[in-house]
Amino acid sequence: MLHVSETVKIIGKMRESKDTYTLEFKWDAPAVPGQFVMVWIPGVDEVPMSLSRIGKIKAITVKGIGEASNAINDLQVGDYVRLRGPYGNGFSIKKSKKVLAVAGGVGVAALIPAIKETGCDTIIGARCEGEIILDDVARKYSKSVWTSTDDGSRGFHGNAVQLAKKKMALRDYDLVIGCGPEVMLYFLHEACKENDVECQLSLERFMKCGAGVCGCCMMDRLRVCKDGPVFGTEELDGLSDFGTRKRDECGRIVDLR
Amino acid sequence: MISLFITLAHPKGVLLRDLHAVAMGRLEITFGRLRLERPGMLASGIMDETGDSMARMIKSGAGAVVTKSIGLEPRPGHRNPTFTEVEGGYVNAMGLPNPGIELFAEEMEIALRAGPVVGSVFGSNAKDFAVLSARMEDCGACAVELNLSCPHAEGYGAEIGSDPKNVRSIVSAVKSSVDIPVWAKLTPNTSSIVELGRAAEDGGAEAVVAINTLKAMVISAELRKPVLSNRFGGLSGPAIKPVGVRAVYDLRGALSIPVVGVGGISNWRDAAEYLLAGASAFQVGSAVGTKGPKVFGEINRGLEMFMSDHGYGSIAEMVGVARE
Repeated sequence: MLHVSETVKIIGKMRESKDTYTLEFKWDAPAVPGQFVMVWIPGVDEVPMSLSRIGKIKAITVKGIGEASNAINDLQVGDYVRLRGPYGNGFSIKKSKKVLAVAGGVGVAALIPAIKETGCDTIIGARCEGEIILDDVARKYSKSVWTSTDDGSRGFHGNAVQLAKKKMALRDYDLVIGCGPEVMLYFLHEACKENDVECQLSLERFMKCGAGVCGCCMMDRLRVCKDGPVFGTEELDGLSDFGTRKRDECGRIVDLR
Repeated sequence: MISLFITLAHPKGVLLRDLHAVAMGRLEITFGRLRLERPGMLASGIMDETGDSMARMIKSGAGAVVTKSIGLEPRPGHRNPTFTEVEGGYVNAMGLPNPGIELFAEEMEIALRAGPVVGSVFGSNAKDFAVLSARMEDCGACAVELNLSCPHAEGYGAEIGSDPKNVRSIVSAVKSSVDIPVWAKLTPNTSSIVELGRAAEDGGAEAVVAINTLKAMVISAELRKPVLSNRFGGLSGPAIKPVGVRAVYDLRGALSIPVVGVGGISNWRDAAEYLLAGASAFQVGSAVGTKGPKVFGEINRGLEMFMSDHGYGSIAEMVGVARE
């Protein structure tokens, strides 16, 4: 499969929270829920971003946490941006499955296309009320959208995994899909195992090529960019790096916890 | 005879001895003092920064893996963008990222459990190359490949490897510091790759590897800038295959040491082209991205079919046939 690059014009910009924006652009490249693009900000960096919309109009939803993400959020309607992709294996969801989506923070962006396609139950967790984003979008497609905040300022008082455990106890889910901070996903995977529910989680690593060539985003023997970024239960079980280690730009091991 | 050579040359050659015990296939090759079960190796720079990744390539059918080029110190490489697809391949300017030889020893240990590993090293002078190569030998590498050809790292690679005098002196310095075979990976970004090949042979190289990427640039029309942060990089993939085949053909004619062919191989027919041009073995890089690690198995099966159909009993019988 030949991946393409394309320079697109920003046609919409929405503020989702004090530091998070959704940028929309027209791009007819085929994409599936869970795929990502490499976004180039000239003179600054090029970084992977999950697609938060995957139709003919696509979008990325970016939280400004560093130089690159802040530069992306400085883009305005009418500006050009060069993208590569869409890359990676996305979520693989059979129609018959009863699905629960569990998002932590801006991780919800990667789940929105799957929530749209399945109308699945959704949990959106964040540190506080102001950081709950895209819940309005999720509600357009899903009848059950629950929120959790660490400080109890909105919805369930606690984290998204604690809330997911409660929901798994009440309803028979076949599949949990998730995206968020890796430590959260680690405990989500554990919770799914305890409840004997399959899971597919979207992971993240420092990336260079994005196309399965350079080998800098390896987790054990798998490339996050090409074999992932979405990994299923069995793959996750075999990843000793999951929740424990990542690698820096030099390829050195860095402990996550 | 051959196994004796290897045991002598490679005291830690557990893997090579293990290989000897494996049933010999028609794909087995011998060149210089090395014997590999399969003729296709993973090219340096592709999925070879970690031990598990290299092991996966060997299990996928690579006869050996060549490591990411390793230097003395950890190095992050160039800032992104470092890579982009183009018609016919990739242009990259990774900038020699690597964890440094000390940390890389752990990755080598993991990879070596799966099969033979060729250690690729880069330095800015002959002494660094010699020190790194000796470390690679200590780590268990079955050969060392000198990166004299990376086109996008200031002070390294092609910047020193374009001058035959440097090639000769670096190879010669490495030869006196290691017992394992020394290969020189050559740049095509020169008026005469054959001159570089002769210099490597004069310095004592046991093989030359050709070619590295072709110096290249991609510019975004809308953004009016070169895409790669380093501005220029190296072109790899199907687009450079005819350039590589020509280089191998010429080198084979001029040198008496074996040539390892690399550049744009993505199927058995590409591999056969290189062998027929005079390559004793070949390496696969970009196709690991486009076709996945399974490309090694596909090439192996395709070559075996081709050999059956055309009456070749061994890879060696194919080498240089197109030159006759």
